Amino acid sequence: MVRFVFFRLLQSLIALAILSVVVFVLARATGDPLHMILPMNASEEDYANARKYLGLDRPYVEQYLSFVGRAATGDFGNSIRARRPVIELLQARLPNSLKLAAFAMGVSLAIAFPLGVMAAVRKGTGVDRAAQIVAILGQSLPTFWVAIVLVEFVAGRLQWLPAGGADGFASYVLPGFTLGWFVVAGMMRLLRSGMLEVLDSEYVKLARLKGVAEGKVIWVHALKNALIPVVTFAGIYFAILVTTAIVVETVFAWPGLGRLAYDGITSRDFPVIQAVVLTTAAIVAGVNLCVDCLYALIDPRIRYSR
Amino acid sequence: MSVIVVPEISARPEPTTRRRRLPVFSLGIIAAFVLVALLAPWVSPADPYEQSLRLRFRPPVWEERGSWAHPLGTDRLGRDLLSRIVWGSRVSLAVGALAVLLASTVGAAVGLMAGYYGGRVDATLMRVTDATLSFPVILLALILAVTVGPSFTNVVIAIAVILWARYARVIRGQVLTLMTLDFIAQARIAGAGAWRIITRHLLPNTLNTLVVLITLQVGYVIIVEASLSFLGAGIPPPTPAWGSMIAEGRDFVTSAWWVSFLPGLAILLVVLAFNLLGDWLRDTLDPKLRQL
Repeated sequence: MVRFVFFRLLQSLIALAILSVVVFVLARATGDPLHMILPMNASEEDYANARKYLGLDRPYVEQYLSFVGRAATGDFGNSIRARRPVIELLQARLPNSLKLAAFAMGVSLAIAFPLGVMAAVRKGTGVDRAAQIVAILGQSLPTFWVAIVLVEFVAGRLQWLPAGGADGFASYVLPGFTLGWFVVAGMMRLLRSGMLEVLDSEYVKLARLKGVAEGKVIWVHALKNALIPVVTFAGIYFAILVTTAIVVETVFAWPGLGRLAYDGITSRDFPVIQAVVLTTAAIVAGVNLCVDCLYALIDPRIRYSR
Repeated sequence: MSVIVVPEISARPEPTTRRRRLPVFSLGIIAAFVLVALLAPWVSPADPYEQSLRLRFRPPVWEERGSWAHPLGTDRLGRDLLSRIVWGSRVSLAVGALAVLLASTVGAAVGLMAGYYGGRVDATLMRVTDATLSFPVILLALILAVTVGPSFTNVVIAIAVILWARYARVIRGQVLTLMTLDFIAQARIAGAGAWRIITRHLLPNTLNTLVVLITLQVGYVIIVEASLSFLGAGIPPPTPAWGSMIAEGRDFVTSAWWVSFLPGLAILLVVLAFNLLGDWLRDTLDPKLRQL
């Protein structure tokens, strides 16, 4: 197990390193950053001085290493637009994003679990059909469009909930549901097919023959094994959640990382984008690492297969 | 990590209770949109770029003040919405087709190689696949858009980078099962080389799965493209793309709901059709492929 965790950790670090190289190369490949920093009438000498001051005259490898070193300690430079250290922006926004993601995850679990399990148990009935409609709509509705429609209808015309911002529980409802909705679809399908397969297995039949109460058979015996594929995909769902959050936060004016990324794009604020991308990647990598270790813990076959 | 376990043998096909009918609804919608996209210059009632400030925010024909001159109304710059939706279908479908084609080619190649050669090749390729699969690659698309600038090609490449891993995973799983079957061993004995076995024996046997996966992914690609365009990192304006049309109408939903709502409806219809068709294909061709 230690070996497994070690190699898995190494793999995450390599993936992050590759990404940081991509970010670095793209940043350098797209022109001299000094054109954005120095005033229009700067002289050759100003350029040389600034280049030296910023370390841009050093070899690329050295520049890259110092970039990584500073990024690792949280120094991402200054935002071009906000004229503040990027790290301050990150610190202000990250907690909001995490709170929203946690809420959305809670919402999707609360919907996906009962619906997915019941759809499998009552296969072919109204519940099952309803679950399938939820799933297919979840995968077909563009999140940002749902968000706009909800803002206009629920928040605008009906005035039931706030349209944006992050104050109080009520402001979580709309973005949380919009964000959770997409995840529900996939998770529910996995649960349903997992349950169908498990319910058909010998050990479930045995449990029933032994006279175990049906509720216990379903929610304890069967669900436990049907959960394995769901855990497997948890990392991917998290990645999807993070991606979707960019759009959802933008529409609901949620003061999180996604919104920060959007503002960064519109104002071509490269240090901000770079910081958001690297931070998000690190978080996703961390979550994936945990998920995989959890998975290896649940399912010994994984541990020993490598 | 061998994260995704697609049980090839253990999963049983669900018994079909009734005869499967052709999914007329989804096929019809897809055919209609493809036709409209191909014939855009002829079927679109007006020039999608022509602006007219005098005709800003004209409502659709069924609303009060609406007229047949602009059946679905006009946008902020007085451009005909129906024409923009018609031309927008070109962008969506073209990105969908190209990105999926690129991703499936790369993904299938990786999957076939990993499954065929096994061992170290497999381990390395699958590590890369897993890393891609669990990474929010859309962020990469954002960086590309900010540095290189948003463009059609960049969007296609970014989306293909997001998608190829899924194909690699699934195809590799199938190849692993195929490799244990007798006909591969017999082909080997008959003197077939790696290339021949991969292209003549393995690939044809994974085609069903590929077709299902491709259909299921087109809808997803259309949504991703629309999201990127919505964020300003997709197809740059003034080219009509559904995502950016929704973004443009966003600030006016209260006064002119149709500008945002109708392109969204178009996305929903197309994606829904592709997803339904994909589900149907999966149940028909490949019931074992359940988790996609």
